[in-house]
Amino acid sequence: MSINDGLQFILYVAILIGITPPLGRFMARVFDGEKTRLHKPLGWLETLVYRLSGIAPKEEMDWKSYAWAFMIFHLVGFFVLLVLQMVQAGLPLNPQNLPNVSWHSALNTAVSFITNTNWQGYSGEVTMSYLTQMLGLAVQNFLSAACGIVVAIALTRGIARRSSSTIGNFWVDLTRCIVYILLPISVVYTLFLVSQGVVQTLSSYVDVVTLEGVKQSIPLGPAASQVAIKMLGTNGGGFFNANAAHPFENPTPLANFVQILSIFSIGAALTYTYGVMTKNRRHGWVIFGTMLAVFVGLTLLSLVSEYAKNPVFGLPGIMEGKEARFGVFNSVFFSTITTSASCGAVNAMHASLSPLSGGVAMLNMMLGEIIFGGVGAGLYGMLLFVLLTVFIAGLMVGRTPEYLGKKIEAKEMTMVIIAILAPCATILLGTGISAVLPAALASLGNKGPHGFSEILYAFTSAAANNGSAFAGLNANTVYYNLMLALAMLLGRFAIIVPVFAIAGSLAQKKYSPPSAGTFETDTGLFALLLVSVILIVGALTFLPGLSLGPIVEHLMMIKGQTF
Amino acid sequence: MKNLVISLRISVVFAVLLGLLYPLAMTAISVLVFPHQAGGEFVTRQGQAVGSILIAQKFSRPEYFWPRPSAIDFNPLPSGGSNLGLASQDLKKAVEERRLKLKAAHPEQTGEPPQDLLFASGSGLDPHISPEAAEYQAQRVARTRSLALEEVRRLIESVRERRQIGILGESTVNVLVLDLALDEAQGKK
Repeated sequence: MSINDGLQFILYVAILIGITPPLGRFMARVFDGEKTRLHKPLGWLETLVYRLSGIAPKEEMDWKSYAWAFMIFHLVGFFVLLVLQMVQAGLPLNPQNLPNVSWHSALNTAVSFITNTNWQGYSGEVTMSYLTQMLGLAVQNFLSAACGIVVAIALTRGIARRSSSTIGNFWVDLTRCIVYILLPISVVYTLFLVSQGVVQTLSSYVDVVTLEGVKQSIPLGPAASQVAIKMLGTNGGGFFNANAAHPFENPTPLANFVQILSIFSIGAALTYTYGVMTKNRRHGWVIFGTMLAVFVGLTLLSLVSEYAKNPVFGLPGIMEGKEARFGVFNSVFFSTITTSASCGAVNAMHASLSPLSGGVAMLNMMLGEIIFGGVGAGLYGMLLFVLLTVFIAGLMVGRTPEYLGKKIEAKEMTMVIIAILAPCATILLGTGISAVLPAALASLGNKGPHGFSEILYAFTSAAANNGSAFAGLNANTVYYNLMLALAMLLGRFAIIVPVFAIAGSLAQKKYSPPSAGTFETDTGLFALLLVSVILIVGALTFLPGLSLGPIVEHLMMIKGQTF
Repeated sequence: MKNLVISLRISVVFAVLLGLLYPLAMTAISVLVFPHQAGGEFVTRQGQAVGSILIAQKFSRPEYFWPRPSAIDFNPLPSGGSNLGLASQDLKKAVEERRLKLKAAHPEQTGEPPQDLLFASGSGLDPHISPEAAEYQAQRVARTRSLALEEVRRLIESVRERRQIGILGESTVNVLVLDLALDEAQGKK
């Protein structure tokens, strides 16, 4: 690591801390229905959406109606995106005359984009028409991000409200999130990206004749408007196959810096929003600090691994799969950020990271992407671990655990455990089944432990709704398209539905004021316990899997063994 | 039922707002404000588009600087890397071949080739090389073109991109920009 690497790291963390309070406060106002500076210019749009959609904004929903509306909305989104891909050949804005997408790839992609995963078995520039990108994929980039955020807000209300049967109105939360938060930021962000060289055009691909006289066909498209929300909403699905490594998606180091900042910005700010809405800002900062500590620790581990001398090549900081403008530091930094959040965009090919750096990327996802995490998903995922920690601490002292004035009882804990174990089971079972099926093994792109890592990474990425890949694996097969679609659905909704149930259950409870025996959740001791619980759950579940993949690959590689 | 109706209606509303109005408005504004960037930063010579500044193209003739290896052989449909692990025999073999080829083409260089010339980029379209990689090739290009080494070095320096705001990213040299500048310096336009 050089001094310059350290400066970029520090600058990043400083700006992240700096934007957290203003953005967090702003989001709290938006979801509390208070007036912000954007209400004057954009208030009409909110009202218009309600009028056109037949929404009664004053209506409140209990957790079951909220969850019901949420699920039906996703079902509609799924079918729209599925059909759009399967009929794109006959629709306008398809200058390259790309054919219809196969049913299994379209199904996988539709699930992938409604669940905020953006796993991509396809290559954008040779598969999706401009219309599919804009009207299908980019729209779901907005909607799935907004849906993640509103789940976190619903849970926050459940914790903050007392003796209440309702947790808000799904349609109102969704609309406000898009109109006041995601859309305005994306507009400004798009223009910045274009200024750096991200393409934004509807022209067809350009054929050039290179200086040495070779024909080269260069793809274009309305990329910037999609890249903006792809990063801001931690979606991560690339407009082009190489994602943020592609010079048209991420042309400069400054564009790269803003992109990684935008991955974490909403997730980080939501910890502040949470503090404001539960009237316990200190606790919000404790959650932020916990996330930051784990992030810095795992990123340093990944950097050390990547900068260590590789015995196979006798060189440190191997540039395979990396871009010259980003170098080693920004490639590794991007990889830990995108996997801590459920983004999944990549500016370097993760498959070609050093084994332990690839392992850290997997571990980040296995921990549940709660280190700032996906927009909304990071906060509600972390709150599940907070409840688990409070519960364990309560057991240790032998009294009913309380959290922010609410008693935590069997019902909540059942839901917490379902939500924490569902993705773990999905990852391990999916990987285990695939590791013995010939149809699954035929897709491998690497031999030895790296091949196993490709499968483990795929199921981890799908169940964690991340979307990045060890892309040597040919995942555009019927088997992987269906299996990974199932993993993505479980990884999203088997967490969200229990979270709604917890929100509803907590909202109904009376406030019980803290007493001398209440375990404080706004202290460094609590943060330490929380980190321990997260790491113990993650390590116990996944150490065997990681041992068979990245860890054994590392141990054999340092002896100079190749595969 | 009520939720299904709202779902359908709001899906249409957001599809129009986010899927049509937003990207089309952004395209219109971008084309007006940043026409060059929004369109892909293409360069033309004698009225013919010869490439995009941001997209690497294949150079293998000795009079040109060469870009980083590409797992897709510089065909952008689709972009991508090798996705080989760092303990891969295939990767080791490919790197060894590249090393020998580079050493044979640069007899004046006694040291090892800079590693960005040995390893393929992530996109397969990386338009940049490190300044060390440019310096490594400078003598070959100067010799082939019968140019003074100093002249070639001056050109490299004139197109070198520095870290943005002084600390972000890495310093690089854009291969197409450099090769165009070389041709121009020798009167080929």
